[in-house]
Amino acid sequence: MQMTKTELPKNWSLENLEDGRLVLNMGPSHPAMHGIVRVLLTVDGERVSDADVEIGYLHRGFEKTCENVTYNQCVPYTDRLNYVSPFINNVGFALAVEKLMGIETPVRTQYIRVIMSEISRITDHLTCIGANAMELSAFTVYFYLINAREALYKLGDSAAGGRITPAYTRVGGLTRDLPPDFKKDAAEAFKLVRKNLADSDKLLTRNRIFYDRLHNTGHISKEDAISLSFTGPALRSTGVPLDVRKATPYLVYDRFDFDIPVGSNGDNYDRYLVRLEEIQQSMRIVEQALAQLPDGPINHPDFNVSLPPKEEVYGNIEALMAHFKLTFEGVKPPKGEVYQAVEGGNGEVGFYIVSDGTGRPWRLRVRPPSFALTGGLAKMIKGGYIADIVATFGQINMIGGELER
Amino acid sequence: MTTYLQETVKTRFPAAVLETSAFRGDETVVIKKEALKEVAAFLKDELGFDLLMDLTAVDYLPREPRFELVCHFYSTRHNYRLRLKCPVGADDAKVDSLTPLWAGANWFEREVYDMFGLKFEGHPDLRRLLMYDGFEGHPLRKDYPLKKRQPRIPHRD
Repeated sequence: MQMTKTELPKNWSLENLEDGRLVLNMGPSHPAMHGIVRVLLTVDGERVSDADVEIGYLHRGFEKTCENVTYNQCVPYTDRLNYVSPFINNVGFALAVEKLMGIETPVRTQYIRVIMSEISRITDHLTCIGANAMELSAFTVYFYLINAREALYKLGDSAAGGRITPAYTRVGGLTRDLPPDFKKDAAEAFKLVRKNLADSDKLLTRNRIFYDRLHNTGHISKEDAISLSFTGPALRSTGVPLDVRKATPYLVYDRFDFDIPVGSNGDNYDRYLVRLEEIQQSMRIVEQALAQLPDGPINHPDFNVSLPPKEEVYGNIEALMAHFKLTFEGVKPPKGEVYQAVEGGNGEVGFYIVSDGTGRPWRLRVRPPSFALTGGLAKMIKGGYIADIVATFGQINMIGGELER
Repeated sequence: MTTYLQETVKTRFPAAVLETSAFRGDETVVIKKEALKEVAAFLKDELGFDLLMDLTAVDYLPREPRFELVCHFYSTRHNYRLRLKCPVGADDAKVDSLTPLWAGANWFEREVYDMFGLKFEGHPDLRRLLMYDGFEGHPLRKDYPLKKRQPRIPHRD
């Protein structure tokens, strides 16, 4: 196997280059970088003149594993893609399989999926901003935001039975309906989120230190961001209003009134502001969705798609057979391939599924938003200070689970 | 719109286009791998597909040609998507790199090289991405056993 030479040496120690630059190893385990990633820097004093990002520390073989299990067994694995917004992955996967089968879930399910996706988006952004602030030494904010996140995790837990590994969706439906007092709990949780967010906003947004660390650091132009396949807040911070929820609406997103915040400068501060505003917009969507939430079944009526109710399984032979077939062989989409995109916390999460007509995917590919962002990290930190890497990396919001799958 | 896009590519590259389809609304154009770079450049420059959303591969063992390179393009200007595929044989597992056209293709191609062993000609830095140097085989190939063990690698300084 032929390996192409890189400019940077691959060893793990400090090395002085002939022109006076220094090779510095940041990571794989570094206190200011959440997630495990190694950045090999060539520094000229405090300036980063070259960077090589090395990933692969959390590769679990998600795609290979999914080729060997049935479609519904893939769902718990999708939780672990982006573990701060697991519902979005669940929903994206279920939508992809449903698109492959050409079916549509009941309206109530679609509403619940929107609600859970938006709650996940809030937890994702809260984590990103909180961790970013913590790494820039605003520890109080971290507690405020993680406290708010915890309220939302509990909300998700009450519906799905898991804080960060809910495995909530199934092909054609959901594992269970929302609990009876979900609306009340959501209102209470949002009250806390709004309060803590307002406090954090006051502490951060016009804070001189925080502003100076974020403003004009990690800058990327609109053209470069598009060329590097950026999506999500990182792309929107440059002024491109691309959001899958608006561009190619899925579920019932076209029934809600919400805005897509965009930045203008393409730096860390704009990414921070975009995320902050998206939290507000997500809460708006959830409130509208909860107000409109229709009654009805949550699973697709066809027993070839979703499991029949237990009374039926014990009561008649058809349901019993369907139950058996679904459990052992899984749902069987027709031969073909689809790509389904949903808007994740960091950008477009795409599921590309190739089916050969059996109960297991022939190929399941996830297009993780973090992947393109981390691929572009080197470009964003080149020319800046070493200290800026922390701010930029925090706003990239790299999630190892989806990056390396 | 559906037919327009496929027809445009077809009339522009009559010899290169092998097949077009739109299963479940996903517009797909299958081309010969020799024409990949040319068609991709046409899509980018003239049809406005400025965002390379995804680039991956599929192993169709035992079919021949065995691999298929799959690109998903998105146009921020026109808001539509297109899937471009090209079959790649196992004995000549090489395709032109798209990195000169989209900088974002760099890591996607490194991952495909890592996972499937497809080589990209013209790629500036084709190394393994998720696996380590010294990893044997390509894990997403269908003939790579699920529970295969890897040899130990020597300690690195």
